[in-house]
Amino acid sequence: MDTIPILKIGRALLVTIQVDMHDELAARLQDDLTNRIVECQARGVLIDISALEIVDSFIGRMLANIASVSRLLDADTVVVGMRPEVAITLVELGLGLPGVKTALNAERGLALIGGVSRHRDMDDAVDG
Amino acid sequence: MATGESRTDLARMMSENENTILRAWVVAFGSADTRISAQEIESQARQLLQALARAAASGNLSDIRRPEYGDVRDLLSAFSRSRAIQGFSPTETATFVLSLKQALFDHVRKHRTEDAAADTWTLSLLIDQLGLFTVETFQRTREELIARQREEIEELSTPVVKLWEGIVALPLIGALDSGRTQVVMQNLLEAIVQTGAEIAILDITGVPTVDTLVAQHLLKTVSAARLMGADCIISGIRPQIAQTIVQLGVQLDVVSKATLADAFALALVRTNRAVVHIRPNGKAATAPQPGGLPVAAG
Repeated sequence: MDTIPILKIGRALLVTIQVDMHDELAARLQDDLTNRIVECQARGVLIDISALEIVDSFIGRMLANIASVSRLLDADTVVVGMRPEVAITLVELGLGLPGVKTALNAERGLALIGGVSRHRDMDDAVDG
Repeated sequence: MATGESRTDLARMMSENENTILRAWVVAFGSADTRISAQEIESQARQLLQALARAAASGNLSDIRRPEYGDVRDLLSAFSRSRAIQGFSPTETATFVLSLKQALFDHVRKHRTEDAAADTWTLSLLIDQLGLFTVETFQRTREELIARQREEIEELSTPVVKLWEGIVALPLIGALDSGRTQVVMQNLLEAIVQTGAEIAILDITGVPTVDTLVAQHLLKTVSAARLMGADCIISGIRPQIAQTIVQLGVQLDVVSKATLADAFALALVRTNRAVVHIRPNGKAATAPQPGGLPVAAG
């Protein structure tokens, strides 16, 4: 059975989804990821879906689940590389992925994980 | 009903008396329009009459969808199209074809006494079909024209403007329906990919009314942009529209600013930039933005 590799970059974990997801694979990915977050004391998880042309409600829910689990373990989840047509489909399906951070590409996503606290301060400064 | 023999007779009549019928036709049409010259009308009429005589020679005078009427249909299509584009009315266009009836009937009455009634009926049906075909083509041309113009307007009215490195703006103009929202969304998302923008400003100054549906469309666009990793700011909410939104009970959970300038200022702050005033002596004044951020122009 195939697995989805999880790469460690600094204190972030990178997952690239390139194959069709099914129940078992998704469950396994969640398991692996949870373990790796604890092992590596990861601050963030990057999920790259730039290779996916179709994202359905199943993958949408999986992403939301991963985000919730990571949040419990104090790691931010950033979904990166979503294609415009995928974004439109998700919005039309009513899946806005609340609670999941997003970025245009992996580079931006890494910066987001590294710079979360700084951004928060900035927003406070503006709103105050 | 006319017999097969009399049908080919009719075809022969058309080709042998071409000039007489043509003159009668042009007189019956009697156009004094300046958009099209008498010579042009005559040459179009002649071509059509010749094609009709050729098609009628096959003996088929009842169904213009058959292949022998291909030339007639092509001529009528071209004629109808050019009239539609020149701005003629459907009546003016169809009258041209229908006035052939009068010319042909006169001729039949004078020269074919024995089965004039049957011939008149056959020709009447045939020319009615031609007339309908003309009007149909005319209408189709107008519809194509309208569709093309609508596309052009849609393209024109949804430009994505790059304001700064990483900041794009989308000045929305005109009513937002689901079709346009789709175009807007697509344009915006493509621009985000191309420019790598982190912040998109949706300016709705040019949107005449915001109801629940429009608000929903706006929110969809905002969430799609968010999925692509870009933050949206909505700007240009006029006082009237702000009141409508509140009265309708619409929850716009998006950062919104009154003017595009305010939104741009916020976008600059979020991307760690500031606009500063330059004093006459060439020295930059302290940054007026909150937090006193350093100057870092793109």
